[in-house]
Amino acid sequence: MIRASKDIWRGYLIGIVWLLALLWPLLGIHSDGTLSFSRTLQVWLIIAVITLLLILITLLYKNQKLTWISGPVARTRSAIGSSSQKVPTWGWIMLAALFALTFPLYTGRSAQDVAINVLVYICLGLGLNIVIGLAGMLDLGYIAFYGVGAYTYALLSIHFQLSFWLALPFAAFTACIAGCIIGYPTLRMRGDYLAIVTLGFGEIVRIILNNWMTLTNGPNGILGIKAPGIYYPSFADGFSIEHLWLKKLHYVYYVVLLLVVFTIIAVHRLNFSRIGRAWEAIREDETAAELMGVNTFKLKLLAYAMGAIFGGLAGAFFAARMRFVSPESFTFIESAMVLAMVVLGGMASIPGIILGAMALVVLPEVFREFELYRMLAFGASMTLMMLFRPAGLIPAKRMGKRSEEKEGA
Amino acid sequence: MTEQPVLELQDIHTSYGNIKALKGISLSVFQGEIVTIIGANGAGKSTTLMSICNIVPIEKGAVFYYGEAIHKRPADTLPARGLIQVPEGRRIFPRLSVEDNLDMGAFFRKDHAGIAADMGHVYNLFPVLKDRTRQKGGTLSGGEQQMLAIGRALMGRPKLLLLDEPSLGLAPMIVQKIFEIINNINTINKTTILLVEQNANIALKTAKRGYVLETGTILFSDQSDALLGNPDIRKAYLGEI
Repeated sequence: MIRASKDIWRGYLIGIVWLLALLWPLLGIHSDGTLSFSRTLQVWLIIAVITLLLILITLLYKNQKLTWISGPVARTRSAIGSSSQKVPTWGWIMLAALFALTFPLYTGRSAQDVAINVLVYICLGLGLNIVIGLAGMLDLGYIAFYGVGAYTYALLSIHFQLSFWLALPFAAFTACIAGCIIGYPTLRMRGDYLAIVTLGFGEIVRIILNNWMTLTNGPNGILGIKAPGIYYPSFADGFSIEHLWLKKLHYVYYVVLLLVVFTIIAVHRLNFSRIGRAWEAIREDETAAELMGVNTFKLKLLAYAMGAIFGGLAGAFFAARMRFVSPESFTFIESAMVLAMVVLGGMASIPGIILGAMALVVLPEVFREFELYRMLAFGASMTLMMLFRPAGLIPAKRMGKRSEEKEGA
Repeated sequence: MTEQPVLELQDIHTSYGNIKALKGISLSVFQGEIVTIIGANGAGKSTTLMSICNIVPIEKGAVFYYGEAIHKRPADTLPARGLIQVPEGRRIFPRLSVEDNLDMGAFFRKDHAGIAADMGHVYNLFPVLKDRTRQKGGTLSGGEQQMLAIGRALMGRPKLLLLDEPSLGLAPMIVQKIFEIINNINTINKTTILLVEQNANIALKTAKRGYVLETGTILFSDQSDALLGNPDIRKAYLGEI
């Protein structure tokens, strides 16, 4: 016991000294060449005291000296857990749906803007989840499909005046083709190699968009994309069918909500289908899956294509919402963000990915005050997450679930 | 007229890059038999099975299954023909439940009633698995995982079952049990079995005939009793001095 705490203190000391060494160049060297120490020391002391307190608390907790607090806390937690389990899954879904549907009624523009971003990322995260979470292929260039979908709608809208709804299948189709083009040559690769190649493909798509001036107008982007429109019956003076451009933010919100609901249903169905199970088998052991009669080549290509389709749909929506596309929206950092959402939320878990997307879009908005330290806070929270919840915020439960469902039937 | 073999290998050559793993393997397995391939580490036993299933493509030679050449057929079409392998090291799907693992064994089948019946059959054969239907495959013990791997293969109703070292890393008691079950599968289900083993003693006691493999070639082939009695083999593979 004493030895263990000795190790902790030694680790703490080394860590805190290191932190000082790292912190000083970051905060103490100014752009005009002057040096200062007081600010560094101040920040360092705050961090040192906070971590010291945290370590003391954990040590006391481990030594059972805090039962007077932890006892009641654990009891309430288990009470909350058991009562939340009493609410059936559909109850949670209804609650979430109600919240999502009424959201624009009691929120302002900025909140709706953030919500639209969250929904787009949910769509992307669920699409990427097919490739990574289910089929187990690490794809670092996923945003390419988002870009392909966005440009497909942008070009169709500019040149052929095609409406958003009609362009959706085209966007899905071209993204699917792009997915197959990327998937086909890379399917023989596994693990790290696949990751590097997909990373390269993602960049290739962005560079093509950037340089093919005649088609994409290069870095200037494409302007004047039409917003989605709907026809609705009007009884104002007699009966007539009116057309409405869905430009207002809360209309846009409902459009993307529709897209997300479609994506969730589709991904859920795929997850629990024969194909979903085959994908999981491939993820677990490709050779064994092949020995069980799974056509791994076809199914991996299908995973790429399906993932790309949802990316393409999200991309078409993105173009319609911004009414402007340019290559800089499809950089590697976007791929990394989507990947982070999938990992953070919990691979192959639909509620997990929804929560992950919320966390990664909303948290930076909350931390906007601390503009400078935003990425630091982001990195710290990711590290803590991986330490304490390595399987994600809401780990996938489907393994056991499928059997339960069967028993019920 | 001689009986048509279930499986016939004719002069199989396989290599990994520049390394020749198999240098002309010929063997045949007849209906209802248990045939074993024994040999040391790196003799090419697993490669032989992987070549039969076309996971590792062969360079030269031919594989016939019920008289049909299958060495050009994609690996994933073979289970539906009744040629199913239990790969070395079990290779179950660790994060899928026991039941989903078994379900994967029937992946190519669409007859739900038949699948359910076969699952009941597998649970009868391995009652341990029945208590753990919802447990993840990776959390089972080694012996249970081997049972799951065999059960998974049985879900495809194999006509010819290829078993790659079912005794690997298991306690002697469990090995006994697994081999009893292998024997039962052969006698009750009438499944033909090709068994690859390092544990020559138990393999030759279970099998009717055996092949001895060494560095990619077949050294001996004979009835099991004869191989068990052969002093060279006793010395090399059965640990007798």
